[in-house]
Amino acid sequence: MPKFILAKLARAFLTIMMVMTFAFIVLRLSGDPAQVLLGPDAPLDAVIAFRERWGLNDPIWKQYLAYLTQIMRLDFGVSMRSQTPAINLVLERVPATLALTIPALILKLGIGIPAGVYAALHRGSLADRGVIMLSIFGFTIPSFVLGLVLVLIFAVSLTWLPSGGQDTYWHAVLPIITLSIGGIGILARFSRSAMIEVLGQPYIRTAMSKGLPWRDVVWKHALPNAAVPIVTLVGFMVGALIAGAVVVESIFAWPGVGRLIVISVANRDLAVVQALLLVIAASMVIANLLVDVAYGLLDPRLRSKRAAH
Amino acid sequence: MSFISIQGLTVAFDGTQVLHGIDLEIGRGEALGLVGESGCGKSVTWLAALGLLPGKARVGGSVKIDGEELIGASRTQVERVRGKRIAMIFQDPSSSLNPVHRVGRQIMESLTLHRGLKGQAAKAEAIRLMDLVGIPSAATRIDLYPHEFSGGQCQRVMIAMALAGEPDLLIADEPTTALDATIQAQILDLLSQIRAETGMAMVLISHDLGAVSAVCDRAAVMYAGRIVEMNDTAALFSAPRHPYTRGLFDAIPEIDGDRGRLKPIHGTVPDPRALPQGCAFAPRCGSADTRCHTRSPEPQAGREGGLLACFHPVAWAVPLMTSPQGIPA
Ligand SMILES: Nc1ncnc2c1ncn2[C@@H]1O[C@H](COP(=O)(O)OP(=O)(O)OP(=O)(O)O)[C@@H](O)[C@H]1O
Ligand SMILES: [Mg+2]
Repeated sequence: MPKFILAKLARAFLTIMMVMTFAFIVLRLSGDPAQVLLGPDAPLDAVIAFRERWGLNDPIWKQYLAYLTQIMRLDFGVSMRSQTPAINLVLERVPATLALTIPALILKLGIGIPAGVYAALHRGSLADRGVIMLSIFGFTIPSFVLGLVLVLIFAVSLTWLPSGGQDTYWHAVLPIITLSIGGIGILARFSRSAMIEVLGQPYIRTAMSKGLPWRDVVWKHALPNAAVPIVTLVGFMVGALIAGAVVVESIFAWPGVGRLIVISVANRDLAVVQALLLVIAASMVIANLLVDVAYGLLDPRLRSKRAAH
Repeated sequence: MSFISIQGLTVAFDGTQVLHGIDLEIGRGEALGLVGESGCGKSVTWLAALGLLPGKARVGGSVKIDGEELIGASRTQVERVRGKRIAMIFQDPSSSLNPVHRVGRQIMESLTLHRGLKGQAAKAEAIRLMDLVGIPSAATRIDLYPHEFSGGQCQRVMIAMALAGEPDLLIADEPTTALDATIQAQILDLLSQIRAETGMAMVLISHDLGAVSAVCDRAAVMYAGRIVEMNDTAALFSAPRHPYTRGLFDAIPEIDGDRGRLKPIHGTVPDPRALPQGCAFAPRCGSADTRCHTRSPEPQAGREGGLLACFHPVAWAVPLMTSPQGIPA
């Protein structure tokens, strides 16, 4: 395996460890975990038993090491509320969230990028101005407003679609649309400017001067270069696949990871919060790794910069 | 009939006119030098002719290649001319190559497009071209990316790419700026050799008057978006008539000359947004009078052939005392 990938993996691992350490510190600072987890009214013997069980009487460094070992085993303990292992509770919710965020991501890419590229290629045209206006609308409207408006129109007035829940495929339609609108706007806007920037580069003029048909200039010379900045943005979106639907899941009562975040924070279900933190941090770190790999594939300059290290 | 004929070519950017009617004819196989200070419109002339200026540029006039009009022609019509009939080497070699494609692929693209070469045949020809322009170990470097080449090597890749289509006319815009003197001479030599073998015509845009006199049959001097003087190289270099041309020659340092002889042209090129009235060169000209400041001289056939746009040309009878370096007086 190339050295830079190993270095990236090591850094990714470190990032996750830092997030979890941060969680540990916050947990300790916010008071006696036994008190926090069991609540202020817990009977004394329960608190003592808890301390014994989780080694809270040990020196802090020992506790920290024990905590890290647990994380490696994905053991965060048991949810206060449901008495099931916290990590299972989180992983159980992931498919439901992905059922919204992956189709939304596909819509963002499938509509946002072509719209932006088209606008850049027809700069100043009616279509271009339309794309600019719609994209501004897309990324300025908050998703809770958009979600509520969509519910009012399609669920309440027209009654075409359900307003919440997860019973049929139809239930996913409004949440997916709500999730994707903002991203479509941002991607369209961003792809447009990336493409305009690339089209003004001297090497595009060179490609044209060769006599290449315009189609080839766009596909073979402009797009591969514009893809580099676009991939960065797509990376952020991939990183948000798991934790990016908190608001929308709440609006549409969709039982995904986002709802779990809200519920377990509200209930101070710390085992679950920690497990959530790990899963979310891991998803962002993985997205970052993917972006790095994509950069290397797209841009030879970055590839050789790495080889030099 | 001349191969390419430019008439009244004008270009304006955002309402600022930078070319004020260029007339130029180039015959088959001819080599024309284009000289003038930075910003006078040498590059823009040919970018406009090939339709390569950004969309905001307003282009007027006529550019005909074998009688076929290019200005206002359809995209496919212009695409048929580019690379095949007229190829261009750009001034800024490093940014003119696509950073994400291997240089070999960029050369082969032209070979496939214009000569139908594919696969191994295209690769072999690309290696031959890279060899020809003096890129060491071409066979292995063909798979490298532009950032792995020096500026001078990128320039040579550009030249190889332009030659790949076997064009009838090569526009070489400062083709040797990034090269050192020996390579520069080699490249100019190579271009002359190719011209001798294939009958390719060439426009050499250069600040290097020595190179122009060595390579070109004719030379045109541009100032502020106009051609102010044009003649056979021999005549132009031995007896420049326009005070600006004269000034350009006087500003050339000589290897064996003493330092006191260097005579730069005073002042700077006018901003195209604020051109002086009358002759654009008048404010910098020693022999300008009121007429020069009010009326713009039209180019006219000179006594010794060629064209001249000046009310008070440098006296014809007086031979140039100090000939530019490397040019026989
Ligand atoms: N894309 C552009 N947008 C606006 N103005 C431009 C553009 N390209 C060129 N110009 C202007 O047109 C004029 C002529 O430029 P051009 O590049 O032809 O000069 P040049 O004679 O080639 O100079 P140099 O020797 O420096 O290459 C200059 O005033 C320049 O500022
Ligand atoms: Mg130029």
